[in-house]
Amino acid sequence: MSNEWQPRIVAFFCNWCTYTAADLAGVSRLKYASNTRVIRLMCSGRVDPQFILDALAKGADAVLIGGCHPFDCHYAEGNYKCLRRFQLLKRMLMDMGIEAGRLRLEWISAAEGEKVKRVINELTETVRQLGPLGIPQQFAEWDKEMEQFAAHVEAGEALKTPCAEHAPTQEPAHV
Amino acid sequence: MDKPSKQTVRIGFYICHCGSNIAAMVDCPAVARFVGTLPHVVLSRDYKYMCSDPGQELIQKDISEHQLNRVVVASCSPLLHEHTFRGAVEAGGLNPFFFHMVNIREHDSWVHTDPAEATAKAKELAHAAIMRVAMHKALEVKKVPVHPDVLVVGGGIAGIHAALTLANAGKKVFLVEREPSIGGHMAQFDKTFPTLDCAACILTPKMSAVGTHPNITLLSYSEVTKLDGYVGNYTATVKRKPRYISEDKCTGCQECIANCVYKEPKFPDEFNEGLGKRKPVYIPFPQATPQVVVIDPQTCLNFRNGELTGKCKKSCVAACGDKEAIDFSQTETFQELKVGTVIVTTGFQAFDAKRMPQYGYGKFPNVYTALEIERLVNTSGPTAGHVVLRDGKTEPRSIGIIHCVGSRDKKTNRWCSRVCCMFSLKLAHLLKEHTGAEVYNFYIDMRAPGKGYEEFYDKLLEEGVHFIRGRVGEVTDWARTPDEEGKLVIRVEDTLAGYVRRIPFDMVVLATGLEPHADAQDVRRMLNMSCGSEGFFLERHPKLAPVSTFTEGIFLAGCCQGPRDIPDTVAQAGAAAAEALALIDKGFIEQEPNTAFILEDECCGCKSCIPLCPYTAITFDAANKKAVINEALCKGCGTCVAACPSGTIVQNLFDDEEIFSEIEGVLAHE
Repeated sequence: MSNEWQPRIVAFFCNWCTYTAADLAGVSRLKYASNTRVIRLMCSGRVDPQFILDALAKGADAVLIGGCHPFDCHYAEGNYKCLRRFQLLKRMLMDMGIEAGRLRLEWISAAEGEKVKRVINELTETVRQLGPLGIPQQFAEWDKEMEQFAAHVEAGEALKTPCAEHAPTQEPAHV
Repeated sequence: MDKPSKQTVRIGFYICHCGSNIAAMVDCPAVARFVGTLPHVVLSRDYKYMCSDPGQELIQKDISEHQLNRVVVASCSPLLHEHTFRGAVEAGGLNPFFFHMVNIREHDSWVHTDPAEATAKAKELAHAAIMRVAMHKALEVKKVPVHPDVLVVGGGIAGIHAALTLANAGKKVFLVEREPSIGGHMAQFDKTFPTLDCAACILTPKMSAVGTHPNITLLSYSEVTKLDGYVGNYTATVKRKPRYISEDKCTGCQECIANCVYKEPKFPDEFNEGLGKRKPVYIPFPQATPQVVVIDPQTCLNFRNGELTGKCKKSCVAACGDKEAIDFSQTETFQELKVGTVIVTTGFQAFDAKRMPQYGYGKFPNVYTALEIERLVNTSGPTAGHVVLRDGKTEPRSIGIIHCVGSRDKKTNRWCSRVCCMFSLKLAHLLKEHTGAEVYNFYIDMRAPGKGYEEFYDKLLEEGVHFIRGRVGEVTDWARTPDEEGKLVIRVEDTLAGYVRRIPFDMVVLATGLEPHADAQDVRRMLNMSCGSEGFFLERHPKLAPVSTFTEGIFLAGCCQGPRDIPDTVAQAGAAAAEALALIDKGFIEQEPNTAFILEDECCGCKSCIPLCPYTAITFDAANKKAVINEALCKGCGTCVAACPSGTIVQNLFDDEEIFSEIEGVLAHE
């Protein structure tokens, strides 16, 4: 394993289509980048936007969601619910300064092992180009600033501190 | 939710080598050592084959010796062996849901090439499972009764065999066939390879057995339009198309056909691939089951554009007399069937040879498809078994059979249709027998795997049938030499001799491949199945669950799952019937307890979840102002769980805290 930085991708795959497709990719001995960690859910409709925010907050550089094609959802319409949440969340992530390329939704049927390979390789490459997201590091930095700030306040120097504008004004993407 | 007390969690971790399948890419002992250092892990082992009996016994022994209360196995896909290991955990005395499985074969060792990367990934996935399993709760498996009746969709040889097997075992079967008669493609065949049994002789006894079996309800000329419910409790809606004949009253005397106002058959006959003619009132073929005629509203004079006009003098009604079987007032009706299991045997369609215009089908009259030849050589076919060209009198003196038309071709269908080599050999034999013509086979590879198949090929070689290896470039009527005048010329590169040849023929036969029905996708959606990339229905596992689908209680047999010959189809139909029987005789099914429920105290009654449920399992309890999930209707997709703004819906097995732990676990390492 090379020592250079490796993207870390968390994937949420639905049990019926995309997870099975990933199994098929394995059975077919397709080779793809090893950066993605798959979490199995019964349906892409189960993907709570909080899962995505949590993954990013805990150090994922990108999140991939895989569900059944339109009309093919095992639960009739869970994939549409997923699509709606995905669209809203994507906009929100962009407002937070997180690049659109870090969140990807793909419809991958149980027969499309080849597509699992392609999508994971593409996403890994995209994230490699974008570089680390580094939210945990950002949090650590903010925490450090806050500690310093608190120390300053304690020391009665709060008004002199130059970093007041960095203090978080709202709760960050943390669950 | 009560968090499990961390002190009490005692996890056993097992990583499987799977021979060398996993161990060749993942350093299993290293993963085991690493997992052994994680909190709550009491023991961590690597073992050669976890799914073997000794592997499972190891788990059971450790549970009692080390007081384990959670088990994680890192091996293959949970879709393959989760059930096995849950069984082992249960046999060890634990609730089977205190178990989690890590997929390090299909998702890791088989798809990566760097052992260090694969090992790192295995560690992270294992870490996630260790964190997740600590959150697991004991769950109860629900038992749901299975309705003993079976629906068989499609009345070809697969459906017939499956229906008879079940009916003979005493089960009630509904056999739905969309054509006026059962029999499918096999009824059209003349002989069957390699034994040269007459197809009708071996099929028709089974067809009439279906027609008379007290346990089989045959719904011909009908289509399944909807399937609701779940394994053990399906409700199928069947559309009965009007055949304008009362099935109860028709005796099959066929007087109506003889007395139709059309004195001569005039319309192309579907059963004979359009080579013969039929009247508007007809019986598809002599052995049709049920023996009930059908009136085609597109050609009957009593209709115009399919609408009843009553303008015919209805001599058929007069001929039917006091049987009064003819009923022009019939309309489409819908019937609901309650069944526990479904067997899908919808078969295939032959490749449309017009999609390969270079072979001239539809342009040159003497280019035939294999199915047309089946009818042409058949004694009950349109020419009574007399092989003549389309002019109706000339016997062909030379015949070329082109293999792989719509098979093994990137431009049309990539797959091998499996049966074409063999049926081409059979047709070569039959055509030579009927006409004494010179017969040439143009093949890419001769595929004759099966009992007696290679011997059949040898026999054809001895009979003097010619074999030329090469994919045919084109069939043309453009003659370059006098002996090519008036003939069809096949241009082909003879890849054994190493040059391009032109060979003139009187008749060209296209060995058309097998492909999924044009409406296979609609059927698939209706029955909630999956398709492979070719469009054939997808089995649950290619080797270990070849007749099961991803939907419990729905089984597959025959060519709807992929091209196959009659022996394989019948074997598969028997297997599907056995799977259905296993469910029925057990009497109940165990449902995965992944349903959702609402924490009543915390529900704020916002109703966000209610419209999301595709199964209307969630209702609003107006008195308490809380949402309520009906567990019997919930199928465990988790869509409502993801949407609940107050986080008060919990999905068993996929609880928020379980998934958050998993996320934390996969990201726990730099």
